Amino acid sequence: MGRKLLIHNDHVPNIHTLEVYRAHGGYASVEKALKTMQPDQVTDEVKKSGLRGRGGAGFPTGMKWSFLAKPEGVPRYLVCNADESEPGTFKDRYLMEKIPHALIEGMITSSFALGAKQSYIYIRGEYFYVARIVEAAIAEAYAAGLLGKNILGTDFSHDCSVQVGGGAYICGEETALLESLEGKRGNPRIKPPFPAVAGLWGCPTVVNNVETIAAVVPIVNMGGEEYAKIGVGKSTGTKLISASGHINKPGVYEIELGITVEDFIYSDEYCGGIRNGKKLKAVVAGGSSVPILPTELILKTAKGEPRLMTYESLSDGGFATGTMLGSGGFIAMDEDTSIVKNLFTFSRFYHHESCGQCSPCREGTGWMEKILKKFLDGTANESDVDLLWDIQSKIEGKTICPLGEAAAWPVAAAIRHFKHEFIEIAQKKKFVDISHYDRLNKIRA
Amino acid sequence: MKVTIDGIEIDVPKGTTILQAARMIGHEVAPPTMCYYSSLKTSGGYCRTCIVKVTQGSTANPTPMPKPVASCRTEVMDGMVVENTINKDVLEARKGVVEFLLMNHPLDCPVCDQAGECSLQDLGYEHGAATTRYEFPRREFERIDIGKYVQLHMNRCIMCFRCVKVAEQLTDNRVHGVMHRGDAAEISTYIENVIENDMSGNVIDVCPVGALTDKTFRFKSRVWFTKPVDATCDCKKCSGKVRLWMKGEEVLRVTARKDQWGEAEEFICNTCRFEKKKVSDWKIEGPSQIHRSSVISQNHYNHLNELKVQVMKQQKALGFIPINKRP
Repeated sequence: MGRKLLIHNDHVPNIHTLEVYRAHGGYASVEKALKTMQPDQVTDEVKKSGLRGRGGAGFPTGMKWSFLAKPEGVPRYLVCNADESEPGTFKDRYLMEKIPHALIEGMITSSFALGAKQSYIYIRGEYFYVARIVEAAIAEAYAAGLLGKNILGTDFSHDCSVQVGGGAYICGEETALLESLEGKRGNPRIKPPFPAVAGLWGCPTVVNNVETIAAVVPIVNMGGEEYAKIGVGKSTGTKLISASGHINKPGVYEIELGITVEDFIYSDEYCGGIRNGKKLKAVVAGGSSVPILPTELILKTAKGEPRLMTYESLSDGGFATGTMLGSGGFIAMDEDTSIVKNLFTFSRFYHHESCGQCSPCREGTGWMEKILKKFLDGTANESDVDLLWDIQSKIEGKTICPLGEAAAWPVAAAIRHFKHEFIEIAQKKKFVDISHYDRLNKIRA
Repeated sequence: MKVTIDGIEIDVPKGTTILQAARMIGHEVAPPTMCYYSSLKTSGGYCRTCIVKVTQGSTANPTPMPKPVASCRTEVMDGMVVENTINKDVLEARKGVVEFLLMNHPLDCPVCDQAGECSLQDLGYEHGAATTRYEFPRREFERIDIGKYVQLHMNRCIMCFRCVKVAEQLTDNRVHGVMHRGDAAEISTYIENVIENDMSGNVIDVCPVGALTDKTFRFKSRVWFTKPVDATCDCKKCSGKVRLWMKGEEVLRVTARKDQWGEAEEFICNTCRFEKKKVSDWKIEGPSQIHRSSVISQNHYNHLNELKVQVMKQQKALGFIPINKRP
């Protein structure tokens, strides 16, 4: 059994209440940090731990914190990004729903390290029930003196509040999130300046993912060096993986970074193999935006080494033969899956979620979706594959925020690894089964 | 700060953007712009036509920037090396952007009032392909009247957000913005409220295409048949420095004076723009000096050629080789 640091108590009844959470060692990190440590020491521990952002980009958290500008007389903010919208990712929801106090504890400890007197938890609109759970937990924390003035009798005062978003994928991008939090239209800002210098209301701000903030709790409790011993190389600690698709046991798993992908898919501790005894065809390893990989490349790298669940191993070989750990949205597909149909679903999503600020993403995402629809309708021809490739290359890297890339990468990877499927459909040798959409449309009508 | 753009070095003050530095050098290296507007704060960065490649970040940190950057929103660093017209990837990417911008554009230039002074026409001419690869129906919207004088033809809009910035920065009561998102996004006055503000007419001037047009000028004349004349009047609301577009003795329309990049020097009020349509309302200064390479200026004024010779002399001294003469 791998070690669990975040959701080890998720089976305990009523762990969402403060009483049960504290009985299981909750809020120890707040006691330890506020009473025995200096803010910089907490940041140092996070640096030593090698913790990397769990939202998708994998940027070292300690370094992000140390970039925070600290001018005199200007408030600083910590914002928790709980706008978990990447298709295939549902780990933050699980954590907040089951153990909301783990997040709040992390918020207090992290805010102490950053010197933030106010923090916000920005929860996506679709998670309104999760927002209620977190709000109830915050109320409990206030009542117990863990939030508010002079927490646990120390000099540190802190307020934390929940803001529910309107339900837009783009608000998961940190600057769009800040715009939305300020009450504006959730459009990404043009960087620089980065939020660490001018974020929420122009003040220095750190935006971290739910899991990142929750991971600060075990880091402070056990010490950064001890935490860094888990994992391989620069991928330290544990990571929540949202496993979905054609596997026997979909769900949220906490893994020690460094287990092999094969283990994760086939061992009974995790996914338990492919359902109905089918063969694995492809895996999207880190949420819908990362490149899809066929079985032979996801289990072994191009060099023939077994692929591990780490940031480095998954991105081994670049995008030609690798992918990304991303947010940990692990989608496995069996041999019957149509990659083209799957890609259409992804593209439709990105088209729908494009904010419309910059031209390549606004126009390109819709164009790609329309071309993919032609494949579904059986009206595509071979030149459409090249056209798709050309469009994605003209979106990637040309946009304000990473949504353009998120839309372009899946298209590029599907063509790179499964071009034959597109060609077969274009040559009318095969057709995509779209009866599923017909049924859906009937339900909607 | 020293910055090198397409091999030409120039000294610029701190805080200058790459675009401004390129414009200081001249038309040959300045990237085209669709959404940037010098007199509107926070404009730019959206259309992506002005993207350039930074091959050296600065003297202190010479690593190249991984992605092309929007030159209008990126400040120069000392020792920065930028490639615009000499970089194939940049030109290819720009071609892509033009294609995206034209994808849903109706291309109704024959009946568009903006024809002849349209930034999208110029951009398409210089960087676009002759045919489109987009085979689906184009986006369509109803035409909306914004107040008495302005009409919004959303089909032609390229979402540059300039008019939104005008609404934010020039008018006190904002009733104008963007609705919806993605390719369904549209410029709108909230539930079709009319804009009743003295500066609202400036949205016509900042619009790079024919999406926002002057209803007092609609279908009166093609712009290249009108003669631009600079004039002034005593106006309490604005500077009163305008450009009259005349046909014979008739004033067909009034706009702000635009600089060589097609951007208004000073914004004007609605009274000057829409209500003073007689020559007797104005004190004429003389023919406008139009630097822009638009049809309006073609062969109209001799000083343009002199200016061109001067610029070329300066560039020759700097060792600049024109694009068409490069090996």
